[in-house]
Amino acid sequence: MSSPLATAAPAESSSSQHVVNDFSISVATVNGSGSQTANLVLLRAIFQMGVPVSGKNMFPSNIAGLPTWYTIRANAKGYIARKKEIDFLVAMNAETAREDVLSLDPGRAVLYDVPLKLNELRDDLMFYSVPFDKIVAEVCPDAKLRRLVKNMIYDGVLSHLLSVDLGEMVEALSKTLGKKPKAMALNQAALEAGAKYAQEHFAVIQHPYRIQRMNKTGGLILVDGNAAAAMGCMFAGCTVVAWYPITPSSSLPESFISYMRKYRMDKDTGKATFAIVQAEDEIAAIGMVIGASWAGARAMTSTSGPGISLMSEFAGLAYYAEVPAVVFDIQRVGPSTGLPTRTAQGDILSTAVHSHGDTKHVLLLPASMGECFDMAGDAFDLSERLQTIVYVMSDLDLGMNTWMSEPFTYPTKPLDRGKVLDEAKVRELGASWGRYKDLDGDGIPWRTLPDTGTPSYFTRGSGHNAMAQYSERADDYTNNLDRLSKKFDTAAGLVPQPVIDDVKGAKVGIIAYGSSHWAVIESRDLLKDEASLDTSYLRLRAYPFPESVDAFIRRHDRVYVVEQNRDAQMLSLLRIDIDPALQTRLRSVLHYSGLPIDARSVTQSIVAQEKQ
Amino acid sequence: MSTETSTPTPAPQAKKTNRLGLELASYRGSKTTLCAGCGHNAITERIIDACYEMGVDAKKVIKLSGIGCSSKSPAYFLNQSHGFNSVHGRMPSVATGAMLANHTMAAIGVSGDGDTGAIGIGQFVHLMRRNLPLIYIIEDNGCYGLTKGQFSPTADLGTKAKNGVVNDLPPIDTCALAIELGATFVARSFSGDKKQLLSILKAAIAHRGTCMIDVISPCVTFNDHEGSTKSYAYVKEHDEALGEVTFVPFFEDISVDYEPGSTTEVTMHDGSHLFLKKISEHYDPTDKLAANRLLHETSLRGEFPTGVIYIEPDKDDFLTSLNMVEQPLAFLPQSMTRPAPSVLEELMAGLK
Ligand SMILES: Cc1ncc(C[n+]2csc(CCOP(=O)(O)OP(=O)(O)O)c2C)c(N)n1
Ligand code: SF4
Repeated sequence: MSSPLATAAPAESSSSQHVVNDFSISVATVNGSGSQTANLVLLRAIFQMGVPVSGKNMFPSNIAGLPTWYTIRANAKGYIARKKEIDFLVAMNAETAREDVLSLDPGRAVLYDVPLKLNELRDDLMFYSVPFDKIVAEVCPDAKLRRLVKNMIYDGVLSHLLSVDLGEMVEALSKTLGKKPKAMALNQAALEAGAKYAQEHFAVIQHPYRIQRMNKTGGLILVDGNAAAAMGCMFAGCTVVAWYPITPSSSLPESFISYMRKYRMDKDTGKATFAIVQAEDEIAAIGMVIGASWAGARAMTSTSGPGISLMSEFAGLAYYAEVPAVVFDIQRVGPSTGLPTRTAQGDILSTAVHSHGDTKHVLLLPASMGECFDMAGDAFDLSERLQTIVYVMSDLDLGMNTWMSEPFTYPTKPLDRGKVLDEAKVRELGASWGRYKDLDGDGIPWRTLPDTGTPSYFTRGSGHNAMAQYSERADDYTNNLDRLSKKFDTAAGLVPQPVIDDVKGAKVGIIAYGSSHWAVIESRDLLKDEASLDTSYLRLRAYPFPESVDAFIRRHDRVYVVEQNRDAQMLSLLRIDIDPALQTRLRSVLHYSGLPIDARSVTQSIVAQEKQ
Repeated sequence: MSTETSTPTPAPQAKKTNRLGLELASYRGSKTTLCAGCGHNAITERIIDACYEMGVDAKKVIKLSGIGCSSKSPAYFLNQSHGFNSVHGRMPSVATGAMLANHTMAAIGVSGDGDTGAIGIGQFVHLMRRNLPLIYIIEDNGCYGLTKGQFSPTADLGTKAKNGVVNDLPPIDTCALAIELGATFVARSFSGDKKQLLSILKAAIAHRGTCMIDVISPCVTFNDHEGSTKSYAYVKEHDEALGEVTFVPFFEDISVDYEPGSTTEVTMHDGSHLFLKKISEHYDPTDKLAANRLLHETSLRGEFPTGVIYIEPDKDDFLTSLNMVEQPLAFLPQSMTRPAPSVLEELMAGLK
């Protein structure tokens, strides 16, 4: 090729128009090629320039060799959901480059490695070709390291093409590599070489996409949901963790381990104020959590759908024997083998009624990094208060992707350890106490812990009466089930309540939860701007549903339940629980591609259904 | 037994009490609902005796089980202790969790041969491997009692069930497995051998680490027929006792008169003494290889050795390896479990 710059005229962005702070970049690489550092440096540099940004990793279930895409979205308005369209493609993977290029909308830009010759594929895109191998050979004498360093070159090129301050990139790089001077020097050289190449070869033309400094990220942090939840557990006073590795959950306990080792060693003795066990499987993990909680510790496990399935039997025991337990479910698509690295909200229904017999469980539904942190604390408090298993329903998108967030707030509420009898309380209650007796009218009994000088009891599943004595009587069983229902009603008032945005005059309502939230807030703006449709919004934050959910549906003619699964799981759960007269008002917006939901898809679905 | 004659502080009361001043009755549980004559009931009685004689503080004990007739029995001893009848084959994990929460407790776990050898074999393996301080008792009847007599993985090869089905798989030797996997106290006994079982249980109470005790316990309803190696009749004939087991608790400072050479003496973790009268001059219960050889050779002869088969008194247990603070995790105050605001500030600064 004579010039690295293909001359195709971009269809949309004429030379005088730039798109500023509103585009998405997709970096297509091969898994294991070390692109993660480069992608995070780019993301962080944009963040440091004050522009709202989000990063989403579409990676395969593989250690090395399969294609992976990292998408960075910059958006001045602060929309951080996945953007459906790719505006700027960095094509580093020969295997997918052709398809990646062919799927772009006209007028978009492509940065690619010279030998791929992608400019021959289309003439309605902006192409930049870069001789990566040549540049990397100059900056990195050690051939073995070149594969890793190569990625920093596209960052350098992008700094020029997108007007991302090179200094910010260097600073972002030093955040990750600052403690390793050799690696830092090598990567910085690659970064600068990329920038230099771009200045020398692409200076003459107008580039369609630009990052311009703003001040919308001041004071914010960048974090992933699993780290946020791990911190939440640490500040929630969690003492026992048992877990079994599974994507996308593993980084939660792994982050937890590193925080605990640093911040939860007793100052006087240097000993651990916690115990973390990598169990032999998820059945053992939940068994340990239940054993530990039964003996009075704050215990949790973290898993994903396949682990939830294995924990099912124990979940029923925890429900009936009324033992606290906290379970994080970082949801992914099913089943165990298939697409373990793709996101979904697909465990809602099965987890709400996890196990066998009559069971119903408390689910917490975090939507943000702040909620991943806060709801960890809520989960322990609720689980001990209600003496039951509590699930925190995160997902791969929240758990593993990088999100902007306000810094977390230090929890000021003291830990709620629930109704545990101490010797004084035993004296006060006297003979009236029975392990499963409802003394307070809220369905929640008082429990005792071993080694506290309080009366013992024998814990078993459902075969007990209110005094925890062995019983197979029909009335004992029924009475106990009814009390458990009452306890669940109590739970509805204790769990995090929905966040409601009522828009005056809006006939249409939207209900969403968890990671779908971000696409929904963007979609509501699109619906207003493009279809003049006003919508109210209720964001669910927990199951059981409080009365306010019924009331919200009642106030609207049609309510769209937006979720990331095929079978409308939350909608089904709503149908079971709400006033039957309201059921016909519910409609569904479903997204189940394994990729995080995007606003465009939500908008299209609602507009189409509104036309019917 | 020689140790039963002396108590350090003779109780003033008329009724016989142990060193805590407690009567035997205070170690009992609820009334059994198992079949009359079931071997499991006899084991329950020995657990009660052992805890009484050792002066165990029942408030410092947790008792756990899986599911089965055998797993019901924790309800029948130590009423003062918290108990947990968990799920089939998963008691080891519940016990592990409970001990993580409160490492100052003593734990007694009761399982069945189905509960351990079939559905629970995975958790059993990892429990042994971890050497969690726990007395793990398999009430071994070679069948599933509670579901009415099906074969368990310790059923005899070639044995016939009531419905005529013949078991054509070899049995699992839980003692051999436990030794191989890292248990530090491995014994086998018979529910009908009062004296031996009592001594073994008392020694187990003194041990720190996993005590795996396989107790042959005939199921009188489904597996006490002729030809069953788990029947009363068979055990009486084929039990090859490794010699007498005598246990002297640390609080009973008496000398035992044994001929050197014929007796192995093991000093337990808490200072107690275990005396094992040798059947063979060459048998050393602290020798893993010898223990394995013994189990192998006796099984070839259709016999099973009873007594303490293997013991390793000083190996670090799982809880010690976790380097936990002294106070039970369950009772740590918020000041020790919620880091200061400055920690959150530091974490947040690192993410800016
Ligand atoms: C998951 C599960 N599967 C099956 C059962 C049914 N079940 C109850 S007890 C038992 C077998 C118990 O046999 P064993 O452990 O040998 O105890 P035993 O009754 O002989 O003392 C089975 C299969 C169960 N409780 N849970
Ligand atoms: S069925 Fe067998 S194991 Fe169960 S209680 Fe009866 S005798 Fe014991």
